[in-house]
Amino acid sequence: MSDINLQRRNFLKTAAGAAMVTVAPGMLLFDVAHGNPQSVGKVRWGMLIDTAACVPGCNDCVTACNNENGLSGGTATTDSQWIRKIEIKDISSRREVSLPMMCQHCESPPCVEVCPTGASFKRVDGIVLVDKHLCIGCRYCMMACPYKARSFVHEPLQGQNPDVPRGKGTVESCTLCVHRIDQGGKPACAEACPNKVILFGDLNDPSSEIAQKLHSVSTTQLRADLKLNTGVRYQGL
Amino acid sequence: MSSYTLPKLRSPLYYILLALGVLVVMVGLYAVYQMEHHGHIITGMNNQIVWGMPHVFAIFLIVAASGVLNIAAIGSVFGQVVYKPRAPLAGMLSIAMLAGGLFVLMLDLGRPDRVIVAATNFNPTSVFAWNLPLYTGLFTLVALYMWTLLERRMNCWIKPVGLIVFTWRILLTTGTGMIFAFLVARQAYGSAILPPLFIVMSFGWGMAVFFVVQSAIYKWNDRTHDPVILSRMKNLLGIFVLGTLFLVAVYHLTNLYFAKQTDFEHFILRDGGIYPWLFWTGYVVLGSLLPLLLIFHPSLGKVRCVVAASLLVILGSFSLLYVFIIGGQAFPLSIFPGYEVSSSFSDGAITPYQPSVWEIMLGMGGVGVAFMITAIGIRVLDFVPRELPNN
Repeated sequence: MSDINLQRRNFLKTAAGAAMVTVAPGMLLFDVAHGNPQSVGKVRWGMLIDTAACVPGCNDCVTACNNENGLSGGTATTDSQWIRKIEIKDISSRREVSLPMMCQHCESPPCVEVCPTGASFKRVDGIVLVDKHLCIGCRYCMMACPYKARSFVHEPLQGQNPDVPRGKGTVESCTLCVHRIDQGGKPACAEACPNKVILFGDLNDPSSEIAQKLHSVSTTQLRADLKLNTGVRYQGL
Repeated sequence: MSSYTLPKLRSPLYYILLALGVLVVMVGLYAVYQMEHHGHIITGMNNQIVWGMPHVFAIFLIVAASGVLNIAAIGSVFGQVVYKPRAPLAGMLSIAMLAGGLFVLMLDLGRPDRVIVAATNFNPTSVFAWNLPLYTGLFTLVALYMWTLLERRMNCWIKPVGLIVFTWRILLTTGTGMIFAFLVARQAYGSAILPPLFIVMSFGWGMAVFFVVQSAIYKWNDRTHDPVILSRMKNLLGIFVLGTLFLVAVYHLTNLYFAKQTDFEHFILRDGGIYPWLFWTGYVVLGSLLPLLLIFHPSLGKVRCVVAASLLVILGSFSLLYVFIIGGQAFPLSIFPGYEVSSSFSDGAITPYQPSVWEIMLGMGGVGVAFMITAIGIRVLDFVPRELPNN
């Protein structure tokens, strides 16, 4: 009888050990994905885009984003475009402006509010992401986003960047290169821009370059009427 | 019990129809397999028009599923005796169409294998998430309601349960309307008139489906419509068609009044190619005015006319939903008001949409599911409306 009990005990021990080994790495990654708890209410990552310096026809930010995140770079209506260049022309004055457009990392993101499963979420540092394990591919967030910032993965993927997991049948958008930020880096688009159009930094840190610039120059939030308090601001619009 | 037997349902034709129903469902499932294997790239949907033909089918079925319960509510809640014998058929049609609609909606997901995720992760701020308990609740409540109808000992509960079902179905259609009403991003949506519009649409669409099914069952069993009841039902259908037309007109007129919305309205009502055509020809003329003529013209209004009117209302509903869902997305988002906009991502441009055969197959699969449940339900249980002796 004691023999049997011993076997069962050993089995339970092994099973518990195996379960921990299986679950632990996932739990650790899960923690990282939620950002640094120290930054709660302190850090808010954002960008300031100087449209006056953005050159029409220059696509370096788009190319850098595609390379960094393993996107195909295709521009069909079914291809993912996390960042795109938009050319706008004032209807009355005919003034032309070129600017990059991506997820605006809103403080009150409509995509997060409408997501039925909570797959769309906002980290404590303000970065809006999609949990690829929870996304069911309903595309309601794409209907809700006022910036058309999200793409749906329409076909099987190959050659993914291990740092940027993607998945067929799920929705994705600019992550602000969260994998770089978590290692002290900055987004690939900001790094690649030859004219330093994209200024990245902590909006909440008064000593940061971005905060000081926001304090001194006139900037615009796109669709400010919606009161989403975007993390991406534009200068010169 | 002998009166419950429906001899005609034993005929070979019944089984041929059942086999056809199975075939249509299988065709729908084959489309799902293809979409799952290749991804949504094989559909006509894209990053601008994210909801396509499957959603036209799904929303029609879900809205009509709720609306058909009106027939039951008029009898059970509002005490109109002539509608009471129709309540069981209305309940079953509701369950059938809701199942068909959810079949399409769930299997169109990018990850249909993760339905369990949707059931276990609930975001309380999402109106989409609110709709899930509304759907499952409707199944449960309608089943309970049908029990009170069909089990004599439970008959005393018909009115209270009927009232709960009626309230629930109003909430459900409100929820369906809110899916669009809560969208601030796109100009077609984000309007408080949408939930009431969906409720009135559901009345008409549910009534039309009910009348078509009831007429088919009557025809099959060599029964005739009581002229008084026919007259009441057709008049009610006519009022619902008028009500929908009124609210659709108010929705567009309100938009036309706002300068920021006029470009969108011109697109939908005049310049948008397929969308104005479907709106005016499909919805207004064929789906509303012609049915009204068939229903209310003194020399018309016979059974055949009302069946034709009902079929036209269903046709009109598909036209209206196509314009509302797909036309509403085809128009570009207004991110830079006052500017001409262009980009590699269809900013500032009308996005073309061509529904693929897979989408239509999936949508028809949902109709097939609804048909199968109805056909089997009629065979297994006694759902044929019989006029009460005092009528």
